[in-house]
Amino acid sequence: MSDGDENRGGFTRRDLVRGTLVGAIAAGTGAKVAKAETGSVGPGPAPLELKVNGAVHKLSIEPRVTLVGALRDRLGLTGTKSVCGRGACGACTVLVDGTAVCSCLTLAHEVAGREITTIEGLAADGRLSPIQQAFVEADALQCGFCTSGMIMSCKVLLDRNPKPNRGQIRAAVAGNLCRCGTYPHVVDAVERVAGIRTADGELAPDLRLSTLDSRLFSNDPRVASATLAALEMDGEEA
Amino acid sequence: MSEKVRIGFNGEFQTKEVKVAPGDPAPWDPSKKFSILGTRVPRLDGKAKASGEARYSIDVRLPGMLYARILRSPYAAATVKSIDLVPARTMPGVKAALVLTEPGERIRFAGQEVAAIAADSPDRVDDALRAIVVAYEPRPFVVGIEAAEKPNAPLVFDGKAESKASAGDVEERAKGLARKGNVLGPRPSGKGDVEAGFRESDVVVEATYYTQVQLHTALETHGLVAQWEGDNLNVWSSTQGIFGVRDDLAEAFKIPASRIRVITEYMGGGFGAKFGPRIEGIAAAKLAREAGAPVKLFLDRKEEQTATGNRPSSVQWIKAGATKDGKLKALHLIVHGTGGTNGGTGTSGPAKNIYDCPNLKIEEYDVFTNAGPSAAFRAPGHPQGAFALEATMDALARKLGMDPLEFRMKNDPSEVRREEFRIGAEKINWTTRDGRRATKDPAIVRGVGVGAALWYNTGGPGPRATVTLNRDGSAEVEHGVQDLGTGSRTMVAIVAAEELGLPLEKVSVRIGDSRMPFGPASGGSKTTPCSAPTIRRAAHQAKRGLAAAAAKEWKIPAESVAVDGGFVTASGDPAKRLSWIEACKLLPPSGVAVTADRAENNEGAWKRFVAGAQFAEVEVDTETGKVRVERVVAVHDCGLAVNALTTESQIQGGIIQGLSYALFEDRVLDPASGRLLNPNVEEYKIAGSLDCPDIETVLVPVWEGVNNTQSTGIGEPATVPTAAAIANAVSHAIGAPITRLPITPEVVLAAVDAARSKGGRS
Repeated sequence: MSDGDENRGGFTRRDLVRGTLVGAIAAGTGAKVAKAETGSVGPGPAPLELKVNGAVHKLSIEPRVTLVGALRDRLGLTGTKSVCGRGACGACTVLVDGTAVCSCLTLAHEVAGREITTIEGLAADGRLSPIQQAFVEADALQCGFCTSGMIMSCKVLLDRNPKPNRGQIRAAVAGNLCRCGTYPHVVDAVERVAGIRTADGELAPDLRLSTLDSRLFSNDPRVASATLAALEMDGEEA
Repeated sequence: MSEKVRIGFNGEFQTKEVKVAPGDPAPWDPSKKFSILGTRVPRLDGKAKASGEARYSIDVRLPGMLYARILRSPYAAATVKSIDLVPARTMPGVKAALVLTEPGERIRFAGQEVAAIAADSPDRVDDALRAIVVAYEPRPFVVGIEAAEKPNAPLVFDGKAESKASAGDVEERAKGLARKGNVLGPRPSGKGDVEAGFRESDVVVEATYYTQVQLHTALETHGLVAQWEGDNLNVWSSTQGIFGVRDDLAEAFKIPASRIRVITEYMGGGFGAKFGPRIEGIAAAKLAREAGAPVKLFLDRKEEQTATGNRPSSVQWIKAGATKDGKLKALHLIVHGTGGTNGGTGTSGPAKNIYDCPNLKIEEYDVFTNAGPSAAFRAPGHPQGAFALEATMDALARKLGMDPLEFRMKNDPSEVRREEFRIGAEKINWTTRDGRRATKDPAIVRGVGVGAALWYNTGGPGPRATVTLNRDGSAEVEHGVQDLGTGSRTMVAIVAAEELGLPLEKVSVRIGDSRMPFGPASGGSKTTPCSAPTIRRAAHQAKRGLAAAAAKEWKIPAESVAVDGGFVTASGDPAKRLSWIEACKLLPPSGVAVTADRAENNEGAWKRFVAGAQFAEVEVDTETGKVRVERVVAVHDCGLAVNALTTESQIQGGIIQGLSYALFEDRVLDPASGRLLNPNVEEYKIAGSLDCPDIETVLVPVWEGVNNTQSTGIGEPATVPTAAAIANAVSHAIGAPITRLPITPEVVLAAVDAARSKGGRS
């Protein structure tokens, strides 16, 4: 993966001018503040190592650049989308050390050295991961712009709870807004991965007669908590 | 060429003499056994989208590419006195700057484009935008529709109305219409004599219905990447019509369309608002020319919500009458709506086209306000029109003491929709709906409501496609259509594979590039009825090319050679039989390539409107006013669906968007400043996963014979009746009419209170 960083080798006079204009609180010095002394960097571009999908990228980035900005505009990892820019829609969801975060609310410098996983990091050797494959088969994507974030949220859910019920699935993507209305098929996709639904979209044979069925497939998110314990037990057995 | 064509639905067909254009295959017959068409086919670009590899226009990065943004007016009405770009031009990284509203020109809404900057990083553009110095002379403004209609209201246009958006051109709409202050109209239409109709009626109802302004909120914002190569312009656009973008740019730059290439590989939703390059697209291309470097200009969320279009509001007064036996006799509709600085506020489509009503009087007024211009939005005018019409139908039925569904059946001329009503009623258990109203919790009530959908068969000639058969047996399709997320790429492949008798993986599809044969703009639910018959026609003719190659080899006339089911055969000679692969080896190295134009619609076919019916079941908390939609049953027809899976997805999407419109969405402008108060999705609420009902979709196949693939569209009809069905369900639950969208807790509680104080039947 190329760095994609065109112009920022070191600190230039231009950056100095710029720093004074935008970094009003930096008292107009614009000079790079030593990280060790103050615990802060900037306001000009500062060196940063980002570990994304296992690869380390050495960048020089202004402290104000968000993680999604760095991923998209500097590293060319455009699978992660930016929609609202303020943590309200989930389109920019990536994993940082296995936890889903909004990369539009995360500064690139905040996650230096942490393990960042983006949508591009889920497929291995050109083969989609199970949740990605299920999204394709269940048609859990239309325009596809929310899809990366949806898949990351579903991955975190399945990592923690391999047999979620519908209420739990809906709750897991409650922070991922979709304008095309893919939500029902997103639930189908997760159920396929969880083995609750077969590739034909039917309920898995071993679940059809389950006494849990009525609650398991309840449409009501309020049943989520009621069945949580039972399902987590299921998950451990699986 | 006259052909005997069987048309009909639900197992009942009649044979009609239909005029089919020369070179066009006859419409598929109801007896046809399809190998792939109509099955559930996962979309071909699903892997690209699920892996993050799909490159949307907003994802395009070119060497040396600059980033551009637009400075917008903070004032809702003003005159620009002066603009100084120099301080911005001297900022680090700034490469080009452009004035979009010249000194002396007027600002008509908060968020109007004033200037644009291109710089070498997104953050540096933001810095530079802040350095532009603009002097405005603020003027009085008005953002509320009622305020705008007052006699002394500030005028949005004191001269000619001039504003262009994809819902149409105000000037064009204004032709021949009176304008008084900010109010344009009425646009009159109708038939019969409503006053006579009311006199004949045994019951008459009258009410005013209010709907809000809805924002498209496509996740990918408007914008494009522009790159000049000498005099040639390449553009990666987020658009519903690549050729429209090309033609508008050609006009703006006075260069031949042949020098412009527009690409839309993947597209993050449009819903009606993305046609043409618009101001931002032309600005990007100008900046790119000035800077001598490619420029990316995509709007941010606030700009998207403020300035790129909306569904107009409406205030619909309806008076309607019916006789005791349940026949609709008269309907009078007066609509006032605001599309900001644009028009396009009419809502009369449903009232004119769903139910039979002999006496109809319609008066539609556009009210201008200092707000962002409206744009076409998924079935323009129809969700709001259906809401008012269907509430009126329920009100009449109630007054007649008649079941609302029975009342509809008596007045619905569409046999397809009557069947859809029957199917849906059974699935939602319509007959027991009254018994389901009460729950164990006295505060919680349930209700079931219904709404009717209609749309128009919008397909027609214009599009063109090339189908190439290669010597190795593979096939290629090139067609300049774009895929908004509806699955049109997959639709093209399915139609070609079906006609050629090939498995899907043998067919390569290329779309989304204006260098390809002309494709339709995706609006009016016309993509499939425009494209599918074009693809089939080209594939059909390519097969004839293959037949000719075999005929030459066999030294027999081409007419006696058939290509079907993967084999090439000679009639009457079983020995002359080649597999597809063997036959393709007879082709020259260039294979056979056919470019075909879509035929005219077949004369003499079944002319009708697309029909649909949706039923909603809701639960209402009468103490908190909260509405939860539990279930929606949607029964639709789109002729013959090409792909059952993506059609289901699109119907679900139409319902969820309709639910979102019914319950949550509402643009709020500040009357004091004229600015948008909810410019992002945490304040402008759209439905999320937890708001989704259980959705059951049913497709009724209809053979119209209008085009060779029996295609019509589904994108728009799927969202037309949802809000109507939900509102009627809430009314049924609480026993009081809902006359206002969105149905917020406040609206519900007000309706409950009003009913209680009147001693209503709650």
